[in-house]
Amino acid sequence: MRRVISILLENEAGALSRVAGLFSARGYNIESLTVAPTDDASLSHMTIVTYGSDLVIEQITKQLNKLIDVVRLIDLTDGAYVEREMLLAKIALAKLPLSDLKVLVELFNGCIIDICQSNCTVEITGTGHRLDAFVEACGRTQIIELVRSGVSGISRGA
Amino acid sequence: MKLTGAEIVLACLKDEGVEFLFGYPGGAALHIYDAVYRQKQVRHILVRHEQGATHAADGFARATGKPGVVLVTSGPGVTNTVTGIATAFMDSIPMVVLTAQVATHLIGDDAFQEVDTVGITRPCVKHNFLVKDVNDLAMTIKKAFYIATTGRPGPVVVDIPKDVTAAQAEYLYPKSIEIRSYAPVDKGHTKQISRAVDLLLQAERPIIYTGGGVIQGGAALELAELVRELQYPCTNTLMGLGAFPASDPLFIGMLGMHGTYEANMAMYECDVMLAVGARFDDRVTGDLKLFSPRSRIIHVDVDPSSIGKNVSVEVPIVGEAAPVLREMIALVRQRKDKLVSGVIDAWWNTINAWRGINCLDYDVSDELIKPQYVVQKLFEITKGEAFVASDVGQHQMWAAQYYGFDQPRRWVNSGGLGTMGFGLPAAMGIQLAYPKMPVACITGEASIMMCIQELSTCKQYDLPIKVIALNNRYMGMVRQWQEFFYESRYSHSYMDALPDFVRLAESFGHVGMRIDKPGDVEGALKEAFDSDDRLVFMDFITDQTENVYPMIAAGAGHNEMHLKPSRHGEVHKERELA
Ligand SMILES: Cc1ncc(C[n+]2csc(CCOP(=O)(O)OP(=O)(O)O)c2C)c(N)n1
Repeated sequence: MRRVISILLENEAGALSRVAGLFSARGYNIESLTVAPTDDASLSHMTIVTYGSDLVIEQITKQLNKLIDVVRLIDLTDGAYVEREMLLAKIALAKLPLSDLKVLVELFNGCIIDICQSNCTVEITGTGHRLDAFVEACGRTQIIELVRSGVSGISRGA
Repeated sequence: MKLTGAEIVLACLKDEGVEFLFGYPGGAALHIYDAVYRQKQVRHILVRHEQGATHAADGFARATGKPGVVLVTSGPGVTNTVTGIATAFMDSIPMVVLTAQVATHLIGDDAFQEVDTVGITRPCVKHNFLVKDVNDLAMTIKKAFYIATTGRPGPVVVDIPKDVTAAQAEYLYPKSIEIRSYAPVDKGHTKQISRAVDLLLQAERPIIYTGGGVIQGGAALELAELVRELQYPCTNTLMGLGAFPASDPLFIGMLGMHGTYEANMAMYECDVMLAVGARFDDRVTGDLKLFSPRSRIIHVDVDPSSIGKNVSVEVPIVGEAAPVLREMIALVRQRKDKLVSGVIDAWWNTINAWRGINCLDYDVSDELIKPQYVVQKLFEITKGEAFVASDVGQHQMWAAQYYGFDQPRRWVNSGGLGTMGFGLPAAMGIQLAYPKMPVACITGEASIMMCIQELSTCKQYDLPIKVIALNNRYMGMVRQWQEFFYESRYSHSYMDALPDFVRLAESFGHVGMRIDKPGDVEGALKEAFDSDDRLVFMDFITDQTENVYPMIAAGAGHNEMHLKPSRHGEVHKERELA
């Protein structure tokens, strides 16, 4: 099953490689991993999307918790949560006229952030599924370059 | 008063109460070595190879329960320690490894003798640090000792750049410490312990299976008390030998690949299993699908990630072995009336029938020295009281099977990583800790070659270790597998050239003996152990064809054990009975 795990990590050199190394050494899957500093300079926040059987997920969370640099770990998928991911795409205008693209981008609550003669760059934020849907709607062949940020997640409520 | 980083390192070691520092100098470590020279409290032991330093510190830690401490230089000094660090990591041994590093401004420049120490050691340490500021040095070393020795112990590396050892800072060693992201548990969950005791008391075919965690956790007395209170059978893993006295009739031997018939059969047939400080390793469980099919499992471990990793557990208890066992003992005493009298007798009858097979029986010979016989004689002559360090191979299994350990911390071997070369340096660490005690190193002619240089260290520090080489002119354990699973194609499992070990020992300044007749074994051992101020290297020329039995092939079930070939038929009969 797909899991979104949120980790508060000491902002130490090497903390990221400890987490990444754990996944490669034990053969766990990483779908995406994002990390950035928090408002407390001594901590970073990481969101990992992974998948595996319940047994594997249990091991992943236990092994992560064992890392000395991990301050707090929450499996967001255990409760209510929201997740977002950002997509940047450079889209060729040859077959998809700008007017059509504008409609599509609006439909996905995105915006056009750069434009030149033959292509333009769009930004869309949403769940992974929604981003997939946008790519589908544009048509793969129109997309010159695609960059996704990976998922960030946060729990809902108090 | 301000101290240099190098002086701070030594001050920290002194304040930690460190007695021995196992090390080897080099460029980046020179400031620290100068500080070593200028003090008297911490005794530096100069090894002959950095791997030896780590194993010696490890042996010291296993025998004493205190952390082992190592000091090496950057680059090759560090890479030479990796095997020893990984060995300690796999067996959860507390160790602090101080590694020198090139100066901070050179880090990342591929400087002379630079390696990414934190990166190279990361997968085989409990934690590691790079100290970039002399003001953080004392605190970091304090953290290293704290992390290494608490919770599930393990090795911690502290990498110290040369300029940090030259810079000065005010020295203050913190008395205690808290790390917000690290909170090892001690006591177990009371409700879970209560559930566990209820389950134990209603068992009809119980077994208590314990591992290295009971020894590392200093819980041997508690274990013995619980086992005796319940009168249940107890088995230990290779790492757990000595946690429960081997001479106690409630002990049914080691379990696992080369465990006793009765221990493995009891694991297979039991209905309630109490596992303490053990990790259901593949050498213990065999095929997980066939593992103890009818049992309900209680698992006590200080590391939550050990629980439920390989087998599913009905009552998980996260906690230190000693306090959890103490709570269990108290509850068992309160609720003992729930024990149905007589129920357990039938189970003991079954176990005793398995015992009757006498699975460790071996063929004696007046012509060839049987390796098992050497270990048995060693046991008799040392009255079971020696510290025994072992290398890896058949001799390790025979040592585990035939030397009955009655006390914890007497049996020192690399169980998890299975590191050949571990034995001799580990024995050094033990002998330094206990200068008056007999220390034996049981080894093979292949293993001993992997850290043979440490014979020189033994001479420098007058360590009267007794090296017992079971010389079968084969990498016996490899040969055994090739005989069983590769139709006796002995690919590279022997050496066409071996040294004359007697002269080799003599050239290092020790006593060498070569023993090739069974009749001489006992006399030689006596003579060696009588000379309590000399290292004696005993080269026992043993039967080349001997194999380790019983054996469960890798991936087979506990009920699929092989006894020695002349007894295969019997095993089948017993299996049907059971
Ligand atoms: C460093 C290392 N390399 C290889 C092995 C694989 N191995 C396990 S046992 C063994 C043979 C050991 O031979 P010896 O020391 O003569 O002991 P014996 O089995 O003959 O008693 C080998 C090569 C190992 N455990 N460790």
